[in-house]
Amino acid sequence: MCRSRHWERLVDNTAGAILERPREHSSVRAAPGVLHALLAEFNSPGELRDAAGKVRDAGFKRFDAHSPFPIHGIDSAMGIRRSMLPIVIFCGGLTGCLTGLFLQWWTNASDAGVFQWALDLVTHWFQAFLGYQYLISGKPYFSLPANIPVIFELTILFSAITAVLAMLMSNNLPLFYNPLFNSRRFRRATDDGYFISVLATDPKFDAARVRELLTGAGGDVEDVFELPSAARFPKVIHRVGLTVTMLALVPLAVILMARYGKSPDPRIHIIQDMDNQPKFRAQHADLAFSDGRAMRGPVGLSADHPLGLTVARGELHEDSLYNTGLVGKVFAETIPFYRPELTADEHFVRRGQQRFNIYCAPCHGRDGAGAGMVNEHALTIGGGWVQAADLADDERRSRPVGYIFHTITNGIRTMPAYGDQIPVADRWAIVAYVRALQRARHASAADLNPDDLANLRNR
Amino acid sequence: MASIVQGDIDNTWDDPARRTPLVTGDIDLKTVTDTVCGVAETEVYKTPTAWTIAFVISSATTAMLGLMVLYLFFTGVGVWGVNNPTGWGFAIINFVFWVGIGHAGTLISAILFLFRQKWRTGINRFAEAMTIFAVICALLFPGIHVGRVWMAYYMFPIPNQMGVWPQFRSPLLWDVFAVGTYFTVSLLFWYVGMIPDLSTIRDRAKTTARKIIYGILSMGWTGSSRHWHRFEVTYLVLAALATPLVLSVHSVVSFDFAVSQIPGWHSTIFPPYFVAGAIFSGFAMVMTLAIPARQYFGLKNLITLRHLDNMAKIMLATGMIVGYSYSIEFFIAWYSGSGYERFAFTSRALGPYAWAYWTMVTCNVVVPQLFWFKRARKNLVALFIASIFINIGMWFERFVIVVTSLSSDTVPSSWDYYTPTIIDILTLVGSFGLFFTLFLLFCRFLPMVAMAEVKATMPQAHAGHVSQPALGEARG
Repeated sequence: MCRSRHWERLVDNTAGAILERPREHSSVRAAPGVLHALLAEFNSPGELRDAAGKVRDAGFKRFDAHSPFPIHGIDSAMGIRRSMLPIVIFCGGLTGCLTGLFLQWWTNASDAGVFQWALDLVTHWFQAFLGYQYLISGKPYFSLPANIPVIFELTILFSAITAVLAMLMSNNLPLFYNPLFNSRRFRRATDDGYFISVLATDPKFDAARVRELLTGAGGDVEDVFELPSAARFPKVIHRVGLTVTMLALVPLAVILMARYGKSPDPRIHIIQDMDNQPKFRAQHADLAFSDGRAMRGPVGLSADHPLGLTVARGELHEDSLYNTGLVGKVFAETIPFYRPELTADEHFVRRGQQRFNIYCAPCHGRDGAGAGMVNEHALTIGGGWVQAADLADDERRSRPVGYIFHTITNGIRTMPAYGDQIPVADRWAIVAYVRALQRARHASAADLNPDDLANLRNR
Repeated sequence: MASIVQGDIDNTWDDPARRTPLVTGDIDLKTVTDTVCGVAETEVYKTPTAWTIAFVISSATTAMLGLMVLYLFFTGVGVWGVNNPTGWGFAIINFVFWVGIGHAGTLISAILFLFRQKWRTGINRFAEAMTIFAVICALLFPGIHVGRVWMAYYMFPIPNQMGVWPQFRSPLLWDVFAVGTYFTVSLLFWYVGMIPDLSTIRDRAKTTARKIIYGILSMGWTGSSRHWHRFEVTYLVLAALATPLVLSVHSVVSFDFAVSQIPGWHSTIFPPYFVAGAIFSGFAMVMTLAIPARQYFGLKNLITLRHLDNMAKIMLATGMIVGYSYSIEFFIAWYSGSGYERFAFTSRALGPYAWAYWTMVTCNVVVPQLFWFKRARKNLVALFIASIFINIGMWFERFVIVVTSLSSDTVPSSWDYYTPTIIDILTLVGSFGLFFTLFLLFCRFLPMVAMAEVKATMPQAHAGHVSQPALGEARG
């Protein structure tokens, strides 16, 4: 009997219980249908075993014994051969073992680059399956001892699943409809009854002979019929099946719509992951303040006073000479040493040298001659680079200190402004150091003190 | 409770000349079926009040667990008492506790099956059910403790667009495989073993719904001898597979601790010590459940005093192994000469968590000594109370291991006392709710005792064997 028909006849023992009920109550049975098997009940496990032996000896193949628990010795009595299941399970276990080994090597130890030529042949989609060398604490990429637990677990898992599936498949289960269930008495096979069924499909089957054989072995024989109603497929299953199928397609349809449809709305953000947090954002409205603005201006801000009426501490910059190098609109000629931040001593110039070597020397060079490393490299590339100025040429030596300060602060030509990076006092220190460089580059022997001069001469 | 003791038949004696019955009372196969199926077939309006009350309480507690988990998801792990340095709090304690409890079921099913201990048939089914429900409770905790639960799939080797794979040299990942495999195999073992009994309920079903549901669950089992043959082979293979699995699972769980280098954790005794503790706690939980279940569901003749007696003996043995492990840990800490190890163990017994340590020792080492006495092993009240104490003690064992070592690690400036929050405690209580809800549903709707297996051990299973004399099969 083919399996699809079994499926169709699932009805009778499951949903078909509905169909069966009226028949149970009617005293007269309708046409009994096709003979499926002869069923005989026995009184004890021992009788069952002996009877099974007789049926087997009579040459029947398609017969079976049914009991509520496994019966000792019935396998040899019925001629049941030793099951091949252990071999199948061993293969399942071996597959699990190799899967564990391969999985760990592929994901944590394989060098995908080696296979790149092959991967280029397959689709982009396959990239998600690539493994790579996974370096953990300098350990070997592939170390069997660390991989044994997972290999062991997968071996057991695959074996167990294989065992159960192989058992069910070789037993032809699940099989929801079985004509034997038409016998009410047969229900005791799972309680305290012992039965032998001989199927009508057995090549040697002859109802009269089988009946005689089973009765002779001490059995109480009954005919089991394949009911005609079993062939009918109840409409309710169609309806339920159709409804379930349609409902099952809904999520798939939604996913496809979302995947291939277009929408101006942003994506639905189910898992926030702290992506959106309560915070003040620049130029945004915020109801936390009475004016409805997230950004806070200076105190006294109003339509009449767009910059407010107050200045933050340290932001007044009222000393124009110190902060801009300008007196009115004229560049200052002297460094504003009257400020407490600036001191006219060697320490001040040394500070200027140190800052100069950080900020200025990359282009202007440590001697200020305009041959810094960036400048030299940029000239080899070309492309609009303006040669860094020689800070000690005649033009620059004639510049007032205010002009140099102003240039550092705001930049000139391709030189960027350094006002944001270098504090005011340090800018003045750099100015002092630039002046020292200019003097040094154009010094005469008379400028040196006698000891240094003597040292030089003795070299 | 005195009446319970009176109603029991003492079958704990051993007499080489006589076979000790595993099933007491004058009952036959039909009685076994009626007794076991009767519970599952009780009509809704005849549900025992005790069951209804227990179910209402436990399902309400499960609902509370759900709320606690939702609160955790929406707020974050800050709702728990975990701190720095104690990053593993109740979640891991509860995980190890529940996994441990889940060991008795498969041990009874698999190891005792291989050793032909036929007395297991009375208790294996619901010990296996208990295993599955305990492992469900256990799996909950690592799932929710990861912080961003929606990233929990990172635990599995799933190909993804980021090309991120799990790190297979980590014991935490071995744990995923070990506990996942254990759950799957235990479920298969439980379900396959139940198919014949489900078909018994199917064949006795009166209502359409029951016919359909049990009809689908029993897969069309007819008790065919050809099927039984393959069934028995499969069952034997599953038992042989599950035996090393039982021993491996808690070993792998212990690797979570032992492979790290925290003083008090980094120890080779952990795998056997954890396995013994798991069996100990598992049997205690079987005992806690079996005593009321046999009382309320009328299973006294199937789960007899001999079963309880045997379980008490196993608990005594495993309790002694656990006690031995506690003492050998101290010896090794001293013998190792490592100052950190010595400190960790001195701190365990005398430090801020000394109260937890001595609770553990009292419950796990002192209480089981009661089982040396046969009178105690036959006294249901004593057994029940002792099993509760052991459950408590084994929870505290995990608390002591996790918390004492973490809260006082090798950097004294980071030491901190760990205190659970109310959310931690309610989550633990809720997990018991989940466990008992599932267990009550199982008791009510599924065959609580392996009927086919019990029947096979009864004298009636050998009736009428003319060519082969009845063997002393039931010797347990």
